[in-house]
Amino acid sequence: MHLMYFTEQPMNAYPEEEARKFGFSSTLFSNKHFDPKEASRLYNERLEEYLYAEQCGVDGIMLNEHHNAPFCMQAKINIFSSILAAMTKRVKLVQLGNPLPLVDNPVRLAEEIGMIDLISKGRLVSGFVRGAGMEQVATNANPAFNRERFEEAHDLVIKAWTEPGPWRWEGNHYQMRVVNQWVMPLQKPHPRVWIPGIFSAETVVWAAQHRYPYIALNTTLEATKTLWKIYNDAAAKVGYQAGPEQRGYLIRCHVQDNEAKAHQGGRQFMWMQGEFLGLAHPYWASPSGYSSPTSRRQRLGAPRPKAPPYENQLETLQIIAGTPDQVVKKLRILLESARPSILALWANDGNVNHADSMNCIRLLGQEVMPALRQIGKELGLDSPFELNTPVSLAYTPKEQLKPVPASA
Amino acid sequence: MTIALAATKKETVQVGSLKVQMLKGGKGSPLLVLHREFGSPGWIQCLEELAAKHTIYLPSHPGFDSSDLPQWARSVRDLACLHLWLLDELKLSNIDVLGLGFGGWIAAEMATMNHKAFRKMALAAPMGVQPKEGEIYDQFLVGPLEYIQTCFHDKTKCNQQWGSQPTVDQLEIWEINREMTTRVAWKPYMFDQSLPHLLPGVKTPSLIVWGKEDKIVPASCGKQYQQLLPNARLETIAGAGHCVEYEKPSELAKLVGDFLA
Repeated sequence: MHLMYFTEQPMNAYPEEEARKFGFSSTLFSNKHFDPKEASRLYNERLEEYLYAEQCGVDGIMLNEHHNAPFCMQAKINIFSSILAAMTKRVKLVQLGNPLPLVDNPVRLAEEIGMIDLISKGRLVSGFVRGAGMEQVATNANPAFNRERFEEAHDLVIKAWTEPGPWRWEGNHYQMRVVNQWVMPLQKPHPRVWIPGIFSAETVVWAAQHRYPYIALNTTLEATKTLWKIYNDAAAKVGYQAGPEQRGYLIRCHVQDNEAKAHQGGRQFMWMQGEFLGLAHPYWASPSGYSSPTSRRQRLGAPRPKAPPYENQLETLQIIAGTPDQVVKKLRILLESARPSILALWANDGNVNHADSMNCIRLLGQEVMPALRQIGKELGLDSPFELNTPVSLAYTPKEQLKPVPASA
Repeated sequence: MTIALAATKKETVQVGSLKVQMLKGGKGSPLLVLHREFGSPGWIQCLEELAAKHTIYLPSHPGFDSSDLPQWARSVRDLACLHLWLLDELKLSNIDVLGLGFGGWIAAEMATMNHKAFRKMALAAPMGVQPKEGEIYDQFLVGPLEYIQTCFHDKTKCNQQWGSQPTVDQLEIWEINREMTTRVAWKPYMFDQSLPHLLPGVKTPSLIVWGKEDKIVPASCGKQYQQLLPNARLETIAGAGHCVEYEKPSELAKLVGDFLA
């Protein structure tokens, strides 16, 4: 198994009542409520927590980015990745991921990621995302061309990493006169690419077609099973059988020494689910043109989604909170059912303070994760690193591929 | 309210590889009506009144309503080219045009491409030029109903048209139209930086009409259009917002009708 630590990096030091009054906590919620002194403290606490996570034995640190909202302080995934590349020694730095459509120059991105891979001495996993709807608004990226830009930027980055320059790119959305960046990643043929998402069927199929692991972001168990079926079918069509090494899962999981304290921290996951924060405007979350036309009708007129109550989410395993023994039992159910080999534990959110975050990290690294590794072995959940799988379909030896005929 | 008129008919016009849906009705000299970004109004009172002296051609822009989507289109100029092509297919030239808001921008682009495209050009609060004062209201930061309500000075008139809770069918049409608007007008939002440099070449007699209470396109744009077009007159209609044709149908029909006479 590959076991990661994740936090959304919440900017919890802001006046919540102002967001409630305004009705939304992103995009147009004014940054006059941003407190630089508190943000500086929080950034440095997060950094300390990441370094401690490595010390406590996690395999990887998962990073992400969002814009114009206090629920996530990371405005640029490559910045924390760079810092951690220099300050950590062992952990994988897992970007989930760089939002490709927001980028106007994918070659610059390929350079940045290449530098991080070099500085980390080859510990980078370079995930890519489409970026949430609000990110398109925040960066003024045209939502109608989101998927086209995602796919083209991906192709350009991979080519920049693998094909010696100089060459020219005249694409649909990107045109580059000279591609010849003087930075190539250390890992060959290129850093691993993982694709996280909240279950857009098109993205699941696209990931499977590229043989990139798909990381389901806290999807329900039921949805996750449907998702793997879609992935498996798409994988079979291009000639390989998908296994746990293609499957990742992010789950909210807060652990403390005693149950009451664990639930106190666990309830903080509601912070960004709308109870305290994360109030999303439907047309910022999904601007016109962003989602596929096939899902258009069902989105319309649908009421603003409301997060189920905390207790309900505990029952459905959308949130796990407890002592190390308690959470291991619940995580076992998830591992048996969803069979991922990549597991990210989203451990600290909302107003969980630095001391409690550190304690949670210690218990995860020293007690929960060792138990999960044993379960992983028992269930045969070997990660892409353990199996040394090819980084993509393009780098899978042709003789290993047996595509199912189109008519089948 | 939309008027059902037996004399109107729906037509499908083939423009290259695209099928463009069009409503046609009335009697008299041809008048091309280019609709707003939220779609074809159908046969509304204002058009009914204009139809007494004009044959009205009301196409749904490519990618809007049920007209085919040009996947490749990236700008309002692309839509303008397609509409010139449509006129060619209909064997219409040197005709009159009424462009409503976003449709007014398309009409202006068409006129810059072919100075002889129109005999006379009436534009009701057209987008297309960057306001010297204020900003064009950004529909993409609100939902479609809120946007359309903002297009009205009197919200009750908006609700009379679509109801305070539009049907899913209506929401779907608005969403399709927002998607296409996103494709062509996302950035810069609702204007073209080169259009002001091209408008002075359009000598077509032009009427610019502005609702006095327009909250969508600043009134400064009306003055800019008037100054940029060498042969233009600016009129204001009191008690109307951006959607003049819905709020003051007879006033707009009379202004346009007299101008085209």
